[in-house]
This record gives sequence, C-alpha cells and structure tokens, in this order.
Amino acid sequence: MPPWFLEKACLQDLLERLRDRGYAVIGPTISQEAICYDEIHTIDELPRGWTDVQQAGRYRLQRRADESLFGYVVGPHSWKRYLFPPQATLMTADRTDGGWSMQAPVEVPPRYAFLGVRACELAAIRIQDKVFLEGPYVDLVYQARRERCFVVAVNCTQAASTCFCTSMNTGPRCQAGFDLALTELPTGFLVECGSDAGSELLASLPVREPSAEELTAAESAREQAVHQIQRLMDTTNIREDLLTNLNHPRWQEAGERCLSCTNCTMVCPTCFCSSVNEVADLGADHVRRERVWDSCFNLDFSTMNGTPVRNNVASRYRQWLTHKLASWHDQFGSSGCVGCGRCITWCPVGIDLTEEVAAIRGDVR
Amino acid sequence: MTAKPRLAVFKFASCDGCQLSLLDCEDELLAVAGAVEIVHFAEATSRMEPGPYDIVLVEGSITTPDDAARIQDVRANARFLMTIGACATAGGIQSLRNWADHQEFLQAVYARPEYISSLATSTAIADHVPVDFELRGCPISRQQLLEVLVALIDGRKPQTPGHGVCLDCKRRGSVCITVARGVPCMGPLTQSGCGAICPAFDRGCYGCFGPAPQVQPRSLTGHLLEQGAPPRQLVQLLRNFNGFAPEFRGESERLISQQET
Repeated sequence: MPPWFLEKACLQDLLERLRDRGYAVIGPTISQEAICYDEIHTIDELPRGWTDVQQAGRYRLQRRADESLFGYVVGPHSWKRYLFPPQATLMTADRTDGGWSMQAPVEVPPRYAFLGVRACELAAIRIQDKVFLEGPYVDLVYQARRERCFVVAVNCTQAASTCFCTSMNTGPRCQAGFDLALTELPTGFLVECGSDAGSELLASLPVREPSAEELTAAESAREQAVHQIQRLMDTTNIREDLLTNLNHPRWQEAGERCLSCTNCTMVCPTCFCSSVNEVADLGADHVRRERVWDSCFNLDFSTMNGTPVRNNVASRYRQWLTHKLASWHDQFGSSGCVGCGRCITWCPVGIDLTEEVAAIRGDVR
Repeated sequence: MTAKPRLAVFKFASCDGCQLSLLDCEDELLAVAGAVEIVHFAEATSRMEPGPYDIVLVEGSITTPDDAARIQDVRANARFLMTIGACATAGGIQSLRNWADHQEFLQAVYARPEYISSLATSTAIADHVPVDFELRGCPISRQQLLEVLVALIDGRKPQTPGHGVCLDCKRRGSVCITVARGVPCMGPLTQSGCGAICPAFDRGCYGCFGPAPQVQPRSLTGHLLEQGAPPRQLVQLLRNFNGFAPEFRGESERLISQQET
C-alpha cells in the first residue's frame, strides 16, 4: 500500500483517534532530563526541538536547530516496561477455615498505544513475543498487554554514536510489526500502514497523497540515519567464536570493570529475567505471589541449593554476553541483541559490548 | 524457636532511629507484640527483665570501654543476636573519628576532657562478638525488620535482597543521574533496602545500606575521576554512614594514599 501524508498539526488527530478507541497513548516526553516513555495527552508533551547525545556511560539532552518531534534516538526506557511490567502480582492466597483460597489477579491492563517505536524496538518486541508467547508456556501478564496494544512506529532519521542496528539487521528502517509507521519531515509525516487496525485508524485521519518531493525527502531523511551509524559488530560466526573462548582473558578484564549493577540488563529491551517471591503478612494469612524484574548479574539470581553458581563478576558478565549474542540463537532462533546501544550508554562505567566482542574475536582470528 | 520468644533491644552509640523503626511499625506493632514477648526495650517501656533472651536486636557501635564490656554481657545472654543499622553493622557515621585524632576532638569539644572515657575508634558489633544476622541501613527498613522477625518466628530464612540500588532505580523508572547528569552516585556499589529514594529526588545515593555483594568500588571511582570528579568528593561519598565498611573503607583509603603519592 502506498504511503499517505499527514500534516504536522494533524498529529494531534492521531492521538485523539487513538484515545477515542480506548487507548492510553504512551509516547516520548522529557522527564528527569531524558526522553522517557510515558502517557501523553497532547503533542505538546512530545520532545519538540530536543535531541539526545549518547556515548558509553553518558547521555545528555541537547537543543536541536529545528522543531522535530521525533528528532532523538532511544532513551533510558524501553517498551518492555509496559508489556513486561517491573512488578506484577501473579496470584494471591488467603487462609480460610476450609484451607487456602487462591485467586488470580482480576486487574485488566490498559490498552496501550505506543507512539514512536523505533525499528530496533520493533525487533525487541518481536523477540519478547517469542520468549513470552511462543514457547511451551504463555506468559499471561505479557499476553494481556501485548494482544491489545497498537504500535505507531517512527523511522529514525538520525543515529547516536551507540547505535548499531545495521549490524544486527534490525533497522533503522521499520519493516514489519507496526500498525502505522511514520517518517517525520519538517511539514508533516509520511504514514505507512502495517495492519488492518492501522488502516482502520488511517481512514479516520485527514491524510492526503504525498507529493513526489515529499517521498524523496522522506527517503533521504531515512538514509541519513543509515549513514550516521558508525558502530559495527561483526556477527559472522559470533556464536562459535564466543562459546569456544569462554576462558579468554578479556572476560576477566571486563569482570574487573563491571560493577554487576544490572543496569545493562534493565535497559535492554529484550532481557526478560525475573524473580518470583511469596510475600506474606505478619500472620501469614494473606500471601501475594509477586514477580519483579531481576538480573543474571545478581549473586542471588544464580544461587541454587544455597550456593551461587556464578560466584564472581566476570562469570556473570560472560553469562550475560554469551547468552545475549550466542546461546540465545539456540534457545530462541535469533540473537538477543537488537543493536539499540542502551547497554553501552547506561553502563555507569561505560563498558561497550561491541568493543568486548571485538577484543575476544580479534584474538581468535 | 519456642512459642513467644523473648525479645530484647539494646542500644550502643547511635541516634535511636533504627529502634524507632520498630515502633514505627504501627499497623503491625500489635501483631509483633503478640508474636514475641518484649522484655527489654528501653526506648518503649520501663519493663526491663534480665536475660537470657531468645532474640536480641543491637543498635549502635562500640565507642567506649564500658560498651566494649557491655556487648560481651549482651552476647552471653542472647540466643540469636542481630545488629540493626549502619552503626551496629559498620561503625556508623561516628566512625569518621577512626581517621582523625580522637584526643584532639576531646580537647576541642569538652571543657573537662578528663571526665570523658571513650575509645579512639567507633567499631561494628561484629568486631567484638559473633553476630548471627546483620540488618543494614541508616535507618533500617521497617519492612525488612518485620520480615526478619517473622522469618525467625516461623523458622525460615528471611528474604532480604542482596542486589544493588540500581536495580531498584530501574524498577521504579528513575533515570540514572550519573549517566544523564554526571552526578556521582553510590547506587552501583550499595545494597538495596531503601527502594532507591535519593536518585528519585535528584540526589546521588549516600550508601546507607552499605556495600552490595562483590562490589568493585575502584571501577566506579576510576570512571568518575576520568569524568572530572575531584578525588576529595569521591572520598566524602565513600565515607558516609557506612564509611568504615571494609569495601568502602579500602577504596577511600586507596584514593587518599594515591593522592599523597
């Protein structure tokens, strides 16, 4: 289907048509000196005229020379916060005269419309779909949110120094997995449709056919992002190169820098580890089964039969990286990395996985 | 443990804030009082029965010769001894004296220093007697205190998480202030317990819950120095309520010796 054109001022119509249909619109907005994903009601809440400057261990907002609404890359949050919430009650149990009475939670999650999903993030959602929905056990918390959500993707027109989606084959062009996809131009948006729900919504919007100039301008805006990507990760034979070099000295060096603080796994849009705890009241008459985000970097997380299996930082760093880039292929049929660069930016000491991988593989070859 | 264990609370050098956490249990206090027999708790009641006690909570650090002797007596009367808070567990903020001239302080502060009998150091309870469980925090977390008490009464292992503060920041959606604003923060080195309050209010973590397991302070300080943080600021960051905890102490002393050379 050919793309349509939506004037810039009419983006508010898109928000309103989504809200008419019962969606809570989650989009980019400036909060805590970063571009975060939060509920928005008007396009005035978008980061108009702002961009992000990123490098290993550093993120800063910066003014743009123009009034772009989506002129940034990716921030500290990912959509996983909404699909796989950091805390969820899986079950409650109450002690009664006749024994324990168990209840599944009755809460119905909001219908989310995600505005501003990047190509790498579409790939991350696809990976989490596989983890949570397509294995032998379906995750009901994720499913209830995922099945009801509407995705408005936005093509990147620029890249951060930490981006490497082209190496991971996930972007920057949005190819699939969206209901609508936008490309921002100074006067408006080129709109592509990716689903029946997308075309139904599009029919309610004041769109027109784009001019040839607008089509060309959109193409070159998208090309600009491709050209700005400097970072590379060679993925040829990466699984074997990592898994056959588990004793490479570089793991130890990374382990001495790594704080084991879990930040990389928390900001990663595909990391899915959690812990389940039974939380009881004082009399142990009421118990909640709570699931919280957890991480392979925590010592407790690898504790089995009273002993941690990975009892030093280097072994936990190696576990994370080899799972993400190597054994993820065996488990889920793809890499677990989408090249968004968040783990590089948000590492408090700036450890860069592309550099670590290159160091290990450089010696191998 | 038998039904209705006898519980005692003892105070050493401290501000009483951790004991107050027990009184602050409000909603749960009656249930606690129903599950244990509180037989010695000077902060709350004038009833003070002699030992032995089943559960002893110890607040505060050892700073006087009298207290050094008294903790031996407390230990001898305790079946299960648990320290509560940063003072009892790591020496507290008063352990700053350990790096200073104790005599000079006495002369400067007291009109008649000869009346004062104190030690040159403030040290953790575990430096003096065996400790069965250490509950971290300045002050301790009320929820963690309840969890440990309930677990003791139920005879199970308490669930007190050992992860770092960063995980709690991420769970609650706080943006990292070190990465986004360049604010030095103890979060990556500090054990969870507070729910990551300070970074949510634009302040770096003060390390109230002490070192997380297997921390590597040198990596963080090295990175912050590269980013332009003055060494003095990092020493002050490390020397807070848990400044004398071995991991924090070792790093602040290393930074100072590095500066001197």
